[in-house]
Amino acid sequence: MATESDLSCTGLIRRFGNNAAVDHISLDVPAGTFFSILGPSGCGKTTLLRLLAGFDKPDEGDIHIRGQRMNDVPPNRRPVNMVFQHLALFPTMSVGDNIGYGLKRRKVAIVERRKRIAGVLEQVGLPGLEHRNPQELSGGQRQRVALARCLVLEPTLLLLDEPLGALDLKLREQMKIELKHLQKQFGTTFVYITHDQSEAMVMSDQVAVMKDGRFDQVAPPEELYREPATPFVAGFVGDNNRLAGEVVSVMDNLAEIRLDDGELVRGRVVSAGLQRGARAELYIRPESLVFTDEGLNRGFSSMQAKVRTTLFDGANSRVEADKSGQPVYARLPQDGSAPKLMANSAVRLAWDPMLARVFGADKP
Amino acid sequence: MKSSAGRLSLWLLLTPFVLWIVLLVLVPHLQMLRVSFQVRESWDTIAWGVQQYQNFFIESYYWRTFVRTGVMSLFTTFLTLLIAFPIAWYIAKMARGRSKGILFMACLIPFWASELVRTYGWMILLRESGLFSSWLQALGWVDGPVEMLYNDVAVIIGLVYNGLLFMVVPLVTTLDGMDENLVEAGYDLGGGHATVLREIVVPWAMPGIVSGCIVVFMLTLGSYLTPVLMGGKDSAWFTEQIFTQFITRFNWEQGAALGVLLLVLSSVMVWLGLTLSGQSLRKVMG
Repeated sequence: MATESDLSCTGLIRRFGNNAAVDHISLDVPAGTFFSILGPSGCGKTTLLRLLAGFDKPDEGDIHIRGQRMNDVPPNRRPVNMVFQHLALFPTMSVGDNIGYGLKRRKVAIVERRKRIAGVLEQVGLPGLEHRNPQELSGGQRQRVALARCLVLEPTLLLLDEPLGALDLKLREQMKIELKHLQKQFGTTFVYITHDQSEAMVMSDQVAVMKDGRFDQVAPPEELYREPATPFVAGFVGDNNRLAGEVVSVMDNLAEIRLDDGELVRGRVVSAGLQRGARAELYIRPESLVFTDEGLNRGFSSMQAKVRTTLFDGANSRVEADKSGQPVYARLPQDGSAPKLMANSAVRLAWDPMLARVFGADKP
Repeated sequence: MKSSAGRLSLWLLLTPFVLWIVLLVLVPHLQMLRVSFQVRESWDTIAWGVQQYQNFFIESYYWRTFVRTGVMSLFTTFLTLLIAFPIAWYIAKMARGRSKGILFMACLIPFWASELVRTYGWMILLRESGLFSSWLQALGWVDGPVEMLYNDVAVIIGLVYNGLLFMVVPLVTTLDGMDENLVEAGYDLGGGHATVLREIVVPWAMPGIVSGCIVVFMLTLGSYLTPVLMGGKDSAWFTEQIFTQFITRFNWEQGAALGVLLLVLSSVMVWLGLTLSGQSLRKVMG
């Protein structure tokens, strides 16, 4: 057990019929951290969050919050609050009454209540909006009211169910940063679920990548990006190129792989026990690929590809190349170092084998 | 030219509505208002006065029936709301897919029969030689036949039954539009069942509650068959007074005055209900 753990779950299972939406999940969230659960829709992350909030009960496993078992505690008695996907602000109440709702349930006297409502509104940057209706506010303001409504109760744990999904792109970028600051400011432990990897990466201290009811990897964002533990994580978090082939040799953590068109490439082995002759997948990030005519560095691995088109997007510009029918993306630096590329011309892409990751391919 | 054609089609479309309002609502009520202020002195003279209205206040039987009808209608409306709310909640929030439609139909089916038939149904159940009475005797709980008809309880049972659908429909409509997350948020922030109901569900359902109550109250206040058939001779419903004046006593002037008073009562009650609940007629009926 970690020393200061706000939330710890062991062996959580929740089945719907024969399908386990949450399948043997164990997790441990230290106090004061921003913990994200990242996964595609239908991976069971919302079910997991509902188990934590108490709207649903696990079939097996335990939920402990600050060391106390929560399985049989109803949602209104848990030291947990939730920001809903569509916020669920009470439309029949003013902003102040929305925030005061929870305080009223705790029998906080009216004078004290008013003071704390004003205080929390100030903290989320909406001073003096107590008497407005939630419907009169903008999307970003409503978001903050929903946060304030929970944070005013000083919960041990704040659950957030993709609250940024309904906002437009620009506001979402802004709220991402703001949420992170608010979390640091309040010091509350956040458990945030999302399918947007950028949200998870920007805000979190720890990210759990979830797939089919299980966690594939739990790690800080940077580790998740640099050292994905499974092919799913490698493909889901950030852009990645996938090259399939057959293992020719394994030496000192480096595997040599014969791609399907016969070319030999190298990358670092992740899966243990990768055998000669086995099918394997090599993942290499677009920014790790460099354009080269000659072997610019001896240790580099390289391959031949055909330019399809260039996709200009400022700092995020890429080249789309074709490697035996598969698209391969490479970052196109905008500092003038990139060569002029013509469509259908041949190009040689090279990379440091230590930056490429090789996984054993799943049996077809 | 174009605008005059447009105006013509507008008038053509409006005609049935205008005819209905003028001929069936406006004219009879104005006529009734006029008659209610006529004083009967002789067959060939017309005098004006408020004698009929005076009669209403002097004759205690009139205004007692009036108050009794109002109070019992209010009580019936309240009871209907209490019964309809859980039904509507179940249909709107708990039932899924097919069962939702079937339950809604089940509420509707009794209204395919006329009020008369429905009331006779209740009479078959409640009368002295009826089903309930014979069951009670068969179970040995009572010694002789029990008369459950011809009292206020029977009248209220019949009226609640008649009003139920008109309460369930607006409630289901409003509750259907409520986001389930609101209820969950209510619990999540520390509320119990009673708090969530009082602070979140009822305020949300208020337009439906008010519109259901208005319809049920007006239906109950103006109902005639149910109180007469289930309450018997002494049911003392105000519509019976009006009927008696017009048909039995042939005192149209008095009947008209009582009719006007009933209209005033229902209008005042609707206005009060809207004001007290903070709703506007447009919001409730829209």
